[in-house]
Amino acid sequence: MKLKLATWATAALMTASPVLADLVMPSLSFRTGPYAVGGIPLADGYADYFTMVNERDGGIGGVPVRVLECETGYNTEKGVECYESTKGEGSLLYQPFSTGITYQLIPKVSADGIALHTMGYGRTSAANGKVFSNVFNFPANYWDAASVAINYLLDENGGDISGKKIALVYHNSAYGKEPIRTLEKLSEKHGFELLLLAVDHPGQEQKSQWLQIRREKPDNVLMWGWGVMNQVAVQEAANIRYPMENFIGAWWSGAEADVLPAGDAANGYKALTMNGVGKDFPIYDDLQKYVYDAGLAAGAGNQTGTVLYSRTIYAGFLAHMAILKAQEMHGVADITQAMMVDGMENLEITDAMMEKYGVAGMGPEFSVSCENHGGPGLGAVTQWDASAGVWNQITDFKVSDKSIIDPLILEDSMAFAAENNIAERCN
Amino acid sequence: MFYREAGDFKTTYADDNQTFPIKFDRYRYYFVLVFAFAVVPFVINDYWVNAIFLPFLIYSIAAIGLNILVGYCGQVSLGTGGFMAVGAYACYKLMTAFPEVNIFFHVLLAGGVTAGVGVLFGLPSLRIKGFYLAVATLAAQFFLVWLFNRVPWFYNYSASGQISAPERTLFGFEVTGPNTSAWAPYLFCLVLVTLSALVARNLTRGMQGRQWMAIRDMDIAAEIIGVNPLRAKLTAFAVSSFFVGISGALFFSVYLGAVEVGEAFGIQKSFLVLFMIIIGGLGSIFGSFAGAAFLVLMPVLLKNVLVGMLGWPTDLAAHLEFLIVGALIIIFLIAEPHGLAQLWRVAKEKLRLWPFPH
Repeated sequence: MKLKLATWATAALMTASPVLADLVMPSLSFRTGPYAVGGIPLADGYADYFTMVNERDGGIGGVPVRVLECETGYNTEKGVECYESTKGEGSLLYQPFSTGITYQLIPKVSADGIALHTMGYGRTSAANGKVFSNVFNFPANYWDAASVAINYLLDENGGDISGKKIALVYHNSAYGKEPIRTLEKLSEKHGFELLLLAVDHPGQEQKSQWLQIRREKPDNVLMWGWGVMNQVAVQEAANIRYPMENFIGAWWSGAEADVLPAGDAANGYKALTMNGVGKDFPIYDDLQKYVYDAGLAAGAGNQTGTVLYSRTIYAGFLAHMAILKAQEMHGVADITQAMMVDGMENLEITDAMMEKYGVAGMGPEFSVSCENHGGPGLGAVTQWDASAGVWNQITDFKVSDKSIIDPLILEDSMAFAAENNIAERCN
Repeated sequence: MFYREAGDFKTTYADDNQTFPIKFDRYRYYFVLVFAFAVVPFVINDYWVNAIFLPFLIYSIAAIGLNILVGYCGQVSLGTGGFMAVGAYACYKLMTAFPEVNIFFHVLLAGGVTAGVGVLFGLPSLRIKGFYLAVATLAAQFFLVWLFNRVPWFYNYSASGQISAPERTLFGFEVTGPNTSAWAPYLFCLVLVTLSALVARNLTRGMQGRQWMAIRDMDIAAEIIGVNPLRAKLTAFAVSSFFVGISGALFFSVYLGAVEVGEAFGIQKSFLVLFMIIIGGLGSIFGSFAGAAFLVLMPVLLKNVLVGMLGWPTDLAAHLEFLIVGALIIIFLIAEPHGLAQLWRVAKEKLRLWPFPH
């Protein structure tokens, strides 16, 4: 059987790789399993963005983009298989959209010299480019999200939240545990009481956690949820009649699919975001013209304009800009994996660029440097309007409390450097 | 024709008792060993090692371990995932606490720690049997996962609760971490698999194995003929957990490199390994390998065929994979309830007679 597998695999490789040059963008998607509800819009957006680039501009710098999709089911073992099967095809940039898979890929991409972009997830301390040479997590990370949420509560309460009780309902995994340390520091600083409630994978059983919330009556509930956990949490909050406007989800807990099952009861639920939401971006005209009308939409084509879909449109845009930067830096159109890392590291996003590519206002202006792979760390708050069925952005993009986060990033990345004998770069 | 005992004379008891008494079988076995040790390391690449060989070899060890407990001693266990987690976390703590010690010993020690934990959770087996024991081991599964999630000491207080394997070498070659060459972790696991299979095979056909099988077949009768159930059951738990612990340690340190207990060692892992030995064949070392191969390699093969060759959408292929693997499991179990090992046994019987039917 192994021999057969070998011949088939080589046959597959030979038929799959065209002779022409192309830019390979792997998409480690999860269209199946308990996290598919988030995985489908993410994968569709990413694929549609590059389909549009191919159709409209004939690729990037004249070289077509090939999106190489591999199903992980949000499972780390399959993630490894996907990484190994795609890296040999000249994959330029990995975006796994899974913190678990990210933790595995961080050492691997550094050894293989491939860029890894974990936008608003993954290992937060990867923002320190001195230690993490190939990992990027701009424009913002989990700790920024935690801080932006607390800042928002500070604003709402006139700058004082001492003595308040804030609960964190989190996915009991690396993803959900990431914000805890930041929130603990913030609770020391601002004097609020932090209540930690873990929800185990996949997150369908949350009765006891919400009973505890009903008993403890926290002033606010923050949630670090993903996949099926989100909709269950919103439903449970509605069941115990917890005031929705006091319930704030992280940016992976604020999509349409998370609130629709609860119907009108979800009205007023808030969530953070790192990208602009809605369909009011000129890029959607191009997507309509070159992708949807041409019948080239990925998946079922029903995810367009949703929060997570827009997020991977934005992720695709950032990757697009990084490829352009790499092409400009090295003067070659068909860039290599190492050139892509350079492109990511020297990426600069300006308002003019976002205007030109039809995504004005979707994210902040920022630039990446050798030291700083984390971007500006801006986040905004959105609120669900159940009757209109839309997420409305209710604050501007605001900066997080860097005085808390930067020392934490330094501490964690230095611990990683010491554990793995990594010498500091950029000196 | 060539697969028969006729003319294959044995002159010593040792010859008569060997694992592969038929010459052809024995040469096939030597050939597989030589091929695995001397040919495969030269031809494999990262994909083959990380996506196919490592999971196959590591799950084989786990299946051998569980087979000793369930297949040979008849004690149903649903705690395999939890015991693998013990192996992984023990290995992590040892690797970070004693970086100067050889990784080989860390893996063996992790197996030893797991054996201790296994004995502890095996104690209820002296009083409860069958399905009730399965429920008791299920408690071990949930307790251990909860413990590793709950107590930060186990994951060295890292922010995310993940454990990551640092780089470790053996004879100057890296076997863990990202900079390994493909053959090094492969050979490392292969050596451990070979040792595990040899030890398991020789334990199960010796006195210890006969005691286990006596307990499995009828515990009261076994007690009457002088088998000490306390010793037999607890040794089964210890030996089984030792192998499962080794596989957990390898799973974390060599294969994945970074692990999160709930995701990697959840209840689904216990079921997966249990299905491996049921499909492969209870009470058979070959069955452990066959079951592991079936459940690890089949999905990868299907994925490569459906997505890589036929170009189907990845989600459709993923769903079909479930369907096909599920259907194959049912078909195999209807056709041969004793697993792939029994199919192999029947095939061998037929081969012996071939080409004459009688």
